[in-house]
Amino acid sequence: MLRTMKLIRRFEERSAEHYGRGNIGGFLHLYIGEEAVAVGVISPLRDDDKIVTHYRDHGHALARGMDTAACMAELFGKSTGVSGGKGGSMHFFDVEKGFMGGHAIVGGQLPLAVGLAFANRYRGEDSLVVCFLGDGAVNEGEFHESMNLASLWKLPVLFLLENNGFGMGTRVERASAQPIIHRLADRHNVRSHREENGQDVFAVRQATLDAIEYIRDGNGPYFLEVMTYRFRGHSMADPIEYRQQHEVEPWLDLDPIKLLSDRLLENNLTTEDEVGAIDEDVENEVNEAIQFALDSPFPTPDELYTDIYA
Amino acid sequence: MAQLTYREAIRAGLEEALQSNPETFIMGEDVGAYGGSYAVTKGFMEEYGEERIIDTPIAESGFVGTGIGAAIAGMSPIVEIMTINFSLLAMDQIVHIAAKARYMSGGQISVPIVIRTVSGGGNMLAATHSQSLEAWYARVPGLKVVTPSNAADALGLLRTAVADPNPVMYVEHSLLYGSRSEVPDEHYTIPFGSARVARGGTDVSIIAYLRMVPVALQAAELLEEDGIDAEVIDLRSLLPLDTQTFIDSVHKTNRAVVVEETWEFGGFAGEIIAQINEKAFDSLDGPALRVGGVNVPTPYSRPLELLTIPTPEMVADKVRSLF
Repeated sequence: MLRTMKLIRRFEERSAEHYGRGNIGGFLHLYIGEEAVAVGVISPLRDDDKIVTHYRDHGHALARGMDTAACMAELFGKSTGVSGGKGGSMHFFDVEKGFMGGHAIVGGQLPLAVGLAFANRYRGEDSLVVCFLGDGAVNEGEFHESMNLASLWKLPVLFLLENNGFGMGTRVERASAQPIIHRLADRHNVRSHREENGQDVFAVRQATLDAIEYIRDGNGPYFLEVMTYRFRGHSMADPIEYRQQHEVEPWLDLDPIKLLSDRLLENNLTTEDEVGAIDEDVENEVNEAIQFALDSPFPTPDELYTDIYA
Repeated sequence: MAQLTYREAIRAGLEEALQSNPETFIMGEDVGAYGGSYAVTKGFMEEYGEERIIDTPIAESGFVGTGIGAAIAGMSPIVEIMTINFSLLAMDQIVHIAAKARYMSGGQISVPIVIRTVSGGGNMLAATHSQSLEAWYARVPGLKVVTPSNAADALGLLRTAVADPNPVMYVEHSLLYGSRSEVPDEHYTIPFGSARVARGGTDVSIIAYLRMVPVALQAAELLEEDGIDAEVIDLRSLLPLDTQTFIDSVHKTNRAVVVEETWEFGGFAGEIIAQINEKAFDSLDGPALRVGGVNVPTPYSRPLELLTIPTPEMVADKVRSLF
């Protein structure tokens, strides 16, 4: 888990660097600070479970074991990218890994998750669908429609709310009349829980395991709210003028990667040398990914017209 | 040959789909216990069970998105949106997910869903329940949009829609459900992008789709009295669009009038006329013209509503202006 979290962190730090160099364009929404959520939620999933997520999707993709180089190539707009260079940062896909997309219209991925879960149940399979959403999505109608349908039909969906406190630059308290968001689930008779320790990967993992057990027992959907923090801006274009440094600093002390490595070291589950080796290994993997992305070709003009229809 | 109504032909196509594929289900508002707002699925729930004929809450984005998700999982759903007006509540799912998932995933995903819905006015239902919005969807790459004008086409196009691995908007018209036509007994399909010459003629090409096809045919009869021999082209699908059939027709007749029920301003007729200008300009003896709906929110009051929808007389008048 430590390695995966470090991989996500370095992948994104280097992505930001290449955004600055002009190798990556469009929107680049960084997940830095939230790594414990992706890893804590995705690590206990089975291979036949599916993931649907939002546009801040790099962390989820890497936690699911998607190819680091292909992810980087997608950011570079190359044909070797996870979506052939046609999706970019916000639209990673890997169907073989059950990664059914980053989706960039807020709330739009929720009905899709319900439909995937509907197919599971129709076919009598016991796999489930994890649907990541942000705190901004819960004020969309699609959130309530999807929660109602999933609950009404007892579908195996884990609604996984990453509450990082802001919908772009607007605080939860300024957007939601019910800022204790998981309580919205009561309205739809959906079992819910708020995990306050979202920077602690073990806490997130345990909360997820509880949710998974509930869903696989055939009880229908589960709504898990995880409290976390976005260390960077909404996207690379965000000057972050809406929050004060004194507010950010306590969160920076709760760096999920530092928390985890400190804990492993304190309990003698790892050594400084081993952590150093992981850092080096991750650095190499990201360097190779960047080199792969640089060396890969852009899609050819004829690819403009492929993949529109099956 | 059997005489079937438009409704019976669609029912037959739906039953074939349900019987041939256990992973086909029908989902929508009041499609089950109520039997469908236009009685198209009446009795289906008793026949095929609640697992496959699924009543939904009134939540268009939610249940259309659910159908899209099931399609992405490899099932073959048929989702009914009670009227095309309500499809606006599901437009995010249709335009952003169904139409784009394949492209944005670099070809990893298919979305084999059929979205049936009902278009058009003429029922005194006022502005929010009388719109013809199919041409909006025809502008979205990744979707297919089908507009059957009669029972035989309705069945042949529905078979093609069900077999198509892409998202298909199958648009019906509320005033066509009782219309009858000959439907072949043997199995047949009608490919998308194959317009039909509904009536042969030599003097003018009237190009229409959905309920404007019978209107155009009636206009052609009126024009016969004036000695004008009109050809009527039924587009049958807007996306893909068969341009060749109407371009060939215009080369022959040298005149064109396009008829549609939606608002004339910015409508699909403008696209047809642009294609004629690009591909058959030298054949034209006069401007390619159009007759569309009046650019107002549809009024409730009957005399006012009747002014908003093209009639055979309006079409015939427009054609006469070319002679």
